[in-house]
Amino acid sequence: MSAKKLNLSEVIITKGVQISGLSSILFVLLILFFLISEGVPALFDVPISELLSQRWYPIEGYYGIVPLILGSLVVTLGASIIAVPFGVLTAVFIAEIAPKWLAEILKPLVELLAGLPSVVLGFLGILIVSPFLRDVLKLPTGLTAFTGSLLLGGIAIPTIVSISEDALKNVPVSYRHGSLALGITRWQTIWQVTVPAARTGILTAIMLGLGRTIGETMTVMMVTGNAPVIPDSLRSLFLPIRTMTATIASEMGEVASGSVHYHVLFFIGIVLFVFTMTVNIIASKISSREIKRSERILS
Amino acid sequence: MSNIPAEQINIPMKRQLIIEKFGFSVLTILTIATVLPIITVVIYIIYLGAPAISWEFLTAMPVDGMRAGGIWPAIVGTFYLTVGTAIFSVPLGIATAIYLSEYASDNRLTRNIRLAIINLAGIPSVVYGLFGLGLFVIFLKFGTSILSASLTLSIMTLPVIISTTEEALHAVPQSFRVVSVSLGATKWQTIRRIILPQAVSGILTGVVLGLERAAGETAPILFTGASFFLPRLPGSPMDATMALPYHLFVISTQVPGMPIQIQYGTVLVLIVFVLIMNIIATVIRSRARARRQW
Repeated sequence: MSAKKLNLSEVIITKGVQISGLSSILFVLLILFFLISEGVPALFDVPISELLSQRWYPIEGYYGIVPLILGSLVVTLGASIIAVPFGVLTAVFIAEIAPKWLAEILKPLVELLAGLPSVVLGFLGILIVSPFLRDVLKLPTGLTAFTGSLLLGGIAIPTIVSISEDALKNVPVSYRHGSLALGITRWQTIWQVTVPAARTGILTAIMLGLGRTIGETMTVMMVTGNAPVIPDSLRSLFLPIRTMTATIASEMGEVASGSVHYHVLFFIGIVLFVFTMTVNIIASKISSREIKRSERILS
Repeated sequence: MSNIPAEQINIPMKRQLIIEKFGFSVLTILTIATVLPIITVVIYIIYLGAPAISWEFLTAMPVDGMRAGGIWPAIVGTFYLTVGTAIFSVPLGIATAIYLSEYASDNRLTRNIRLAIINLAGIPSVVYGLFGLGLFVIFLKFGTSILSASLTLSIMTLPVIISTTEEALHAVPQSFRVVSVSLGATKWQTIRRIILPQAVSGILTGVVLGLERAAGETAPILFTGASFFLPRLPGSPMDATMALPYHLFVISTQVPGMPIQIQYGTVLVLIVFVLIMNIIATVIRSRARARRQW
């Protein structure tokens, strides 16, 4: 092969790789463009005051998205109340307490949970969790915000466990040795040295887990009962509810493209996009601040 | 400090040790409470789903409004969608990772690319569905088809493939690159002959994990390519298709009087599909770790 030919293919490949590198930016821009171009017309079709009203009943032209936003928030909050303690403490157990052989068994199991498709969790929710909750808590229906929170907790846990565990593993062993050498117990070392040292990683884990929960679709659509009501008291945790994701997924198939309803569903997509983006940017800010801090210490 | 008797130091220490014992037990119980449901669920599904599995169930068309017969078109559909996703996302994902790891310098453009990848990873699956509907189905006129659904799933899978591939490339020691270039190899020759072969198992693990996620997704294909009921196999990439996750959604929520056995059988097939990919990824990873010489 002549040197010139080699050079030419090298140049072509390099250009190809560079263009691929830009593709991610292109895709994010395309997604934004299509959400905006299909979603913003909703603002012309439906007055903002109408969008911010409390009634979602598209067949009669009520497009209030407040109950949907609150629905998403309630389910996410419920899921985080379950997933944060279980996820973080499981990570602490795996990283700090469990013997190596046990950790090697536990980690793939958590990964297995991460790999279960959300539609499978929804299915189990319908067939097992919701009848169980209905009977135990004597509810009129088992398809409630609480059922959704419980299952979404299961979706957030693997994210929280694996990222928190990484963060704990990244704490230098010398920290632990130093602490133990001062004569305090492993338990005290965990809570006074290791966990505080890993706290930004753990926070990132929690934020990313939350991000997954807000965007989760199939499970909530299957188990939360899909009633667009405003959750106004603690009791509404045990009543049906409807999230933004479930609304898009269940109604988009039936609307005519270009109709008011179609645009409003895209508008909900924008709201959802903004929510998850905020959570993710906070998460990446937390972790990048930590990197900067550690660089400062090292230099 | 020196005048405190030894037994008085030991009392709080003893208390601390009791607290430690107690704390460790609590965490053990919590971990069991987290992990036990996972094992129970998998065993339960295998137990209830296994009786439904037969040659006919796997290879026959659904009949009687999906209440009888098999799930063959859904299995084939999921296979096509997974392959379609791989065709688009694997080359693009690996190329992006190569760019970030081997070519990009730390400038604003690179930071923006990374930010874009984080954003892609965070976008909810149903929003991908909306995007696929807007771009592929309506704007590019691909219709609800395997093509539209695969393209949508590919973009969703990209971040997973990019980040795992980049990690695998970073794990190759810098000295490999330096030596290769000093021997007169060009940058691309170094990547092609030295770095990629060293990183291939890490890349494969990422690819399989990404595709596993794509195979199990429902929301992105809801409006881009999934078909409620299709008693034949798709003939071309422009056809809509049945898919296992969507089929499971349909038979568990949309079809009244669905025999429970068929539902559990479908879940089992879907889980086995996902588990096999998961195991492949784990095996590749652990074998690569054992073989690694650096």
